Amino acid sequence: MSDFLLDSFEVDSREMRQAYCDAIIAEAERNEKLIVVDVDVSHSVGTGRFYEAFPDRAINCGIMEAHAIGMCAGMSETGLVPFFHAFGVFATRRIFDQIFISCAYQNLNVKIIGADPGVTAQTNGGTHMPFEDLGLMRLIPNATIVEPADSTMYDYIVHAMAEQYGVFYLRTSRRKTVKLYKPGTQFTVGKAMKLYDGKDVCIIACGIMVYEAIRAREILKAEGIDAAVIDMHTLKPLDEEAVLKAAKKCGAIVTAENHNVIGGLGSAVSEFTAENCPVPVERVGVRESFGEVGTQQYLQKRFGLTGEEIAARAKIALQRKGAKI
Amino acid sequence: MPSKKKPFDKSETLRAAAEIRKGVIRALEAAGSGHIGGSMSLAEILAVLYTDILDVDPKDPKKRDRDYVVLSKGHCGPALYATLAYKGYFDPAELLTLNKGGTNLPSHCDRLKTVGIDISTGSLGQGLSLATGVAIGKKMQGIPGKVYAIVGDGELQEGQNWEAFLFLAHRKVTNLITIVDNNKRQLDGYTADICCEEDLGEKLKSFGFEVKRVDGHDVTALYEAFSTAGCGDKPTVVICDTEKGHGCCISEIDGFNHYMPVSHEDAMRAIEDIDRRLEAAL
Repeated sequence: MSDFLLDSFEVDSREMRQAYCDAIIAEAERNEKLIVVDVDVSHSVGTGRFYEAFPDRAINCGIMEAHAIGMCAGMSETGLVPFFHAFGVFATRRIFDQIFISCAYQNLNVKIIGADPGVTAQTNGGTHMPFEDLGLMRLIPNATIVEPADSTMYDYIVHAMAEQYGVFYLRTSRRKTVKLYKPGTQFTVGKAMKLYDGKDVCIIACGIMVYEAIRAREILKAEGIDAAVIDMHTLKPLDEEAVLKAAKKCGAIVTAENHNVIGGLGSAVSEFTAENCPVPVERVGVRESFGEVGTQQYLQKRFGLTGEEIAARAKIALQRKGAKI
Repeated sequence: MPSKKKPFDKSETLRAAAEIRKGVIRALEAAGSGHIGGSMSLAEILAVLYTDILDVDPKDPKKRDRDYVVLSKGHCGPALYATLAYKGYFDPAELLTLNKGGTNLPSHCDRLKTVGIDISTGSLGQGLSLATGVAIGKKMQGIPGKVYAIVGDGELQEGQNWEAFLFLAHRKVTNLITIVDNNKRQLDGYTADICCEEDLGEKLKSFGFEVKRVDGHDVTALYEAFSTAGCGDKPTVVICDTEKGHGCCISEIDGFNHYMPVSHEDAMRAIEDIDRRLEAAL
């Protein structure tokens, strides 16, 4: 177990959105170019307090994502660093061409925050439940994509987003999540966090699935299987070195994401291993389904986004690599 | 008001418009074909902007406090390239590389390739929002300069423009001037037959804009409209009534003139015609 993990994992006392807003206010105090742009969901995504702290540096456009993201791109041409906020579906799928052409194609500097990834959209249901945003964003050349597992990463990631030039997609829950990391843990964009060593199989997860991966590790441990766990918080650029090491050491990989198995983490890892170090890869994620309403717990079970599913897939991966279990 | 500018010189601006048209013809001849109709309808608008209105410096094209031009109807890049070449941003010989592999002059405007292009465009409907961002960015940081966004009337069928209009009016963004190249045609035919904005001026007035409507081929009228735009407390739209393909015998036709082949003979005929018209106008 890595020394940056907490001794026990409990639900955070703060919502992710509160932590995000704290982080963005702190960053705005250091960086006068940082601007917040919203599209009528500031209360939902948690930027509300930013408007009180920096009333002249926050713009609520109203319900017009296409215009707002284009405006962000134009603002960045003048040197500002706009942070655009919306629910994940509207932050990506709805405005894919605007992100592609108005932002990325012309190398402008826009930060996109997509809230409520996958099943964390809960009772907002299928219209609001992005299972495809990572896939869409991965197709954009030079975009950086990060999905934190808990709120500890915000202090670092918001600063990195403001400092690093280019299109940046932060996919993040706004609710309380299980806290995994000790305060002050250092993160690097593009550098995975190795949470647990293991020799039999490596579970590579992102977002809420990191905690499920830790649970899976415990399930497997009880069955005598030694699983490594990696938090692949950066989907792009993928930490290829970490994947290569895991593939070589364990010879079997399970990916776990709160997303369609097409396009996201499972795809990224499979694409890399297929070309560089082919080992069995099993993907835990949503398959050929749209979202629907329910509690997060219900939806995780409904779409197989659980530690139990990860453990089951890990055993398939082990069998595929020839292990007797 | 462009107070630091020299007095308006109609003949110089007419010459600029003719040079823009000839530059387009030369570029399209070299490429073999191109977006001629919408480029021709823009000639006087670009001539007035770059000769009489804009605070820009071809020797310092990224000057922070410059005026910006966003050609949202990005397929008419050839007209803007001809303008920039005429104004000395780059060698006019470069126009002959239009759309050739490795060129700095692609069909649609690309800020990363062409000196003097402020914003990349080509996916219709996005330019006005980008221009809004530049205008707001200037305002927030106290950077002088205006933004001129040129949209096509056909392009206004894209809904994102109307989001931008709502926003601009609500925020009273006066350092952005929207210019409509109202040439009444789109790729597939006349806007009146496809999806017309017959009462565009009234629509925009009801949104909260100051609306000016001028003959988009009358350089004096354009100068008066542009030089007084953005001085009030409402955002300004200048609707320029133009003709698609205007000012050049090979494109001034009723039939399809959105994108046309241009042969050497066509080009010779067109350039002679443009010169003859200029002479008559001076």
